[in-house]
Amino acid sequence: MKPLLEVKNLKVKLDDKLIHKDLSFSVFEGETLTILGPNGSGKSVLLKSILGIMPFQGKIIWNKKVTIGYLPQGLNQQSVKNMPLDVKDFFDIKKNVQKTVEIIEALEMVGLDSSFLSKNIYKLSGGQFQRMLIAWVLVDKPSVVFLDEPTTGIDIGGGENLYSLLHKLQEKEKLTIILVTHDINVVYRYSTHVLCLSQKRHSCFGKPKIILTPDMLESIFGMEIKYYQHKNKIQ
Amino acid sequence: MNLQLTISLISGLLISSVSAYLGTLMLSKRMSVVAGPLAHLAFPGVALAIIYDFSFAFGVFPFVIIGAIMIWFLERKTKLPMENLTAVIFAIGVGTSLLFLPIAKAEEALVGSIMQISVWESLMVFVLSLLVFVTVRYIYKTMMLINIYEDIAEAQKINISLYNLVYLLSIAVIVAMGVYLVGGLITVASIAIPAGASRNLSKSLSEYKFFAVLFSCIGTTFGILISLVCNLPTGPLIVVSNAVIFLLSLVYKMSRKY
Repeated sequence: MKPLLEVKNLKVKLDDKLIHKDLSFSVFEGETLTILGPNGSGKSVLLKSILGIMPFQGKIIWNKKVTIGYLPQGLNQQSVKNMPLDVKDFFDIKKNVQKTVEIIEALEMVGLDSSFLSKNIYKLSGGQFQRMLIAWVLVDKPSVVFLDEPTTGIDIGGGENLYSLLHKLQEKEKLTIILVTHDINVVYRYSTHVLCLSQKRHSCFGKPKIILTPDMLESIFGMEIKYYQHKNKIQ
Repeated sequence: MNLQLTISLISGLLISSVSAYLGTLMLSKRMSVVAGPLAHLAFPGVALAIIYDFSFAFGVFPFVIIGAIMIWFLERKTKLPMENLTAVIFAIGVGTSLLFLPIAKAEEALVGSIMQISVWESLMVFVLSLLVFVTVRYIYKTMMLINIYEDIAEAQKINISLYNLVYLLSIAVIVAMGVYLVGGLITVASIAIPAGASRNLSKSLSEYKFFAVLFSCIGTTFGILISLVCNLPTGPLIVVSNAVIFLLSLVYKMSRKY
């Protein structure tokens, strides 16, 4: 079986600074690939290159027609602070105009209901806003979802809920997820594969339990990392 | 009601409501302030029209529209905020013109007054306002998405540059028309003030757009009527009426806070 996405010998420069060099990996349909690395290792840049927002050299091949959902890192309540938008408005500004029924369906999928439609997005709690964003990404039923640190700005409990929610949705909707995070526990729990990036342009790719050894983590993050490896997946 | 008052009122309402509608988008993009500098770009054009004796319209529209295109072009090349580039173009345009052209004379000559608008000119206002309204309505949601997060729009393969150009041209047409026909002050005020007042009390996008247009229409109507009754200049009175509405919206906002 061919992978859904193949990245071969990727080279990305940002303002003449080399961010990625000779980066190769692949993602199969229905998998969760986590891109792990410290700040400045080029995780978001890599996502943007795959999404076609940033220029690159090398090959990025999609072996099947895909529809993409994208949640960038900086999209948070602060970025919509001055916008008089209710939840329905926020869904309406997506390119493919949604029917209200579809919006409600997406909201219910993430544990919100139709009463949220008329709520101002700035008045939602951090957790509710993050759930709404997930619904927003999923509303037009994408086949591949790119999530760039989706738990930034919400507490640990909220983050846990979000990942377990995503995992459930993935099984239900047959989603392929490409996730950027620096939360190692998430990698063990939910990722099929992990791509680790370091500031020194080292990279590794493989199944988390095999490649994420303490030595490897130290070389990625540049310090000893304490972590807890979960034996069982949370259902 | 006499014919002059009728067409003045209709033209004023058309320009101010479309300006307010466009103003809601400009406020979201933090660009409310650009209408003023863009309006001033008309003056070199008018100065040339005075020297070479051609219609003011041919001086006003090209200069403002070329200014908008320059802003768009520089934004693409430099990625500087449009609001900064507007100031750059305004300063360069007006500054260099001051060296060679009778700008002060142009400012005096170009006192487009809403109370002296002709039937033909009001038809022009109707056509251009409608054109800008339809265009802005078409680009509105996508522009909001671009304002919120450009990368998402780019990932959706939206031609951001084209949208920005259409947006800037819409502003240029409204501003140029405002300067030429009804007085630049009305347009500048109608872009900035009603959107701000509406923002103070709106919870949703539809409320935001509706109240901005409503406030602008109320401000313009009151401004024109008071100027008739008191025999005072119309432009400044429209601005004052808008300012009163803004203050009321502020009171409303503060009363809800405490």
